[in-house]
Amino acid sequence: MKRRLTREHVLRHQGQSLLQQVTPEPVWQQRRLLLAAMGASMAAGVLPRRAQAASLAALPGQRSTVPGAITMQAPTAEQDVIGYNNFYEFGTSKSDPARLAGAMATRPWTVRVEGLVAKPRTFDIDDLLRLAPMEERIYRFRCVEAWSMVVPWVGYALSHLLQAVQPLGSAKYVSFITHTDPKTMPGLRGSSLQWPYTEGLRMDEAMHPLTLLTFGLYGKVLPNQNGAPLRLIVPWKYGFKSGKSLVTIRVTETQPVTAWNQAAPEEYGFYSNVNPQVAHPRWSQASERPLGGGLFASRVPTQMFNGYAEQVAGLYAGMDLRQYF
Amino acid sequence: MTRATAKPGHPVRGLPRAFKPSLAVLALLPMAWLLGQALLGGLGPNPQETLIRDLGNWTIRLLVLVLLVTPLRLALAWPALVQVRRMLGLFVFAYATLHLLAYGVFDQGANLVKVWVDVWQRPFIAVGMAAWVLLLVLALTSPATVVRRLGAARWRRVHRCVYAVAALGVLHFFWMRAGKLDFGEVWLWGGLLAALLLLRVPMCRKRLQAFGSWRVQRAAAIK
Repeated sequence: MKRRLTREHVLRHQGQSLLQQVTPEPVWQQRRLLLAAMGASMAAGVLPRRAQAASLAALPGQRSTVPGAITMQAPTAEQDVIGYNNFYEFGTSKSDPARLAGAMATRPWTVRVEGLVAKPRTFDIDDLLRLAPMEERIYRFRCVEAWSMVVPWVGYALSHLLQAVQPLGSAKYVSFITHTDPKTMPGLRGSSLQWPYTEGLRMDEAMHPLTLLTFGLYGKVLPNQNGAPLRLIVPWKYGFKSGKSLVTIRVTETQPVTAWNQAAPEEYGFYSNVNPQVAHPRWSQASERPLGGGLFASRVPTQMFNGYAEQVAGLYAGMDLRQYF
Repeated sequence: MTRATAKPGHPVRGLPRAFKPSLAVLALLPMAWLLGQALLGGLGPNPQETLIRDLGNWTIRLLVLVLLVTPLRLALAWPALVQVRRMLGLFVFAYATLHLLAYGVFDQGANLVKVWVDVWQRPFIAVGMAAWVLLLVLALTSPATVVRRLGAARWRRVHRCVYAVAALGVLHFFWMRAGKLDFGEVWLWGGLLAALLLLRVPMCRKRLQAFGSWRVQRAAAIK
């Protein structure tokens, strides 16, 4: 396929080569960094409440062809996606992660994949980035707190990684363990969740083509507050099931103890599938508030399995979803 | 309201002229700020939640302030301080009402049936509602004519309801935060309110009063 060069492309290209001709490379690279930093700090001064996404590396993905992977709904504004987060390791306020997660070092980064697998292995983040082709998927994201957004994620099906380590016949569950570092994560002192944050899926859920090992959003690598450098996204479950900043993936025979289920078993079940018919003990799950609609936007009805029933309802055939909420 | 009268030997200290109006302006600032942010779209990605929570937070802060009046009046032997109590109490009612309206309009779409269902589904909403109903009673019985008609003793008994409002308010806040296991602020405001209620126990109240007279006497002696 021939790529059409726009005027802008040409200009940018010429500008760069001109710059390279007259100035030694380390010098212009440094200047650029300086300019970028100046721009970022100026923007930070002018717009203190807006989350910044200026300096993140690009991470493009091919538009996914997996059924259900591209919702037709318009994505939520990027600054809302990266400025309104639950990441308790950095604090319980929605603005804490964007403010504080910058301190977390995401390089070097390794992920240990272990447990009931034929080939346990520690992956470097760069190996994981190359393990399978990156896809862009536009998923609905529904928080258990009854707000929602639509996010263009970049990643590939978790099944690619699991196949690489070859789960044994006895493997029934997969747990996902988040990075823990008291030096950079002030929230570890506060809440009474058990750290490290641990989430889990049944093996068939983990192998489902919609379960995404996620490295980026909006065509760039994940910002730290969204779970850099890699996280899970399980679009038909409440958001807390999708662990962030993963360091260990463990395959087991028994159902893992998961963070919120352990903290409040009557409020958060192991499955935590989005289900408008099963209310949270303290609020209804029948409707949700899409973020970014402004003060006068009304709530919208929540869909069974967050709208992914066609793809995932079969996983739960015959199960009483009131009992296994 | 009872007029502030000094005991023999105590100097009568009125409020500085600008005291009450300044306090009123300060109490109005958060409201003005939230209104401005709402108009400018500065309430963030979830403006309904920000508005409702901020109004609730300011309700509880002002409740602490109004309950601080009496202990402060005793400890400073400054009876005139009572003159700001009603105004602060009415501000508590105003913020609580805006908090309730913001919830009803922006969270429940001004649908009374939905609100009714929500009250029964979420006990913490019911508790908040109960606190607001009590505040309504206090606001309605606050004009001087009503106080006169009720008589001081009965009025005082009715207005002890504010202690129940404090307890219900903290319970409402606690239950709301229970989902996040995030009780830092609940402890802070709950602790302050508990301390302020404790100061009303007769023994503590007498101590405060004694401290106030001692300060006044010492000041007189130094002169």
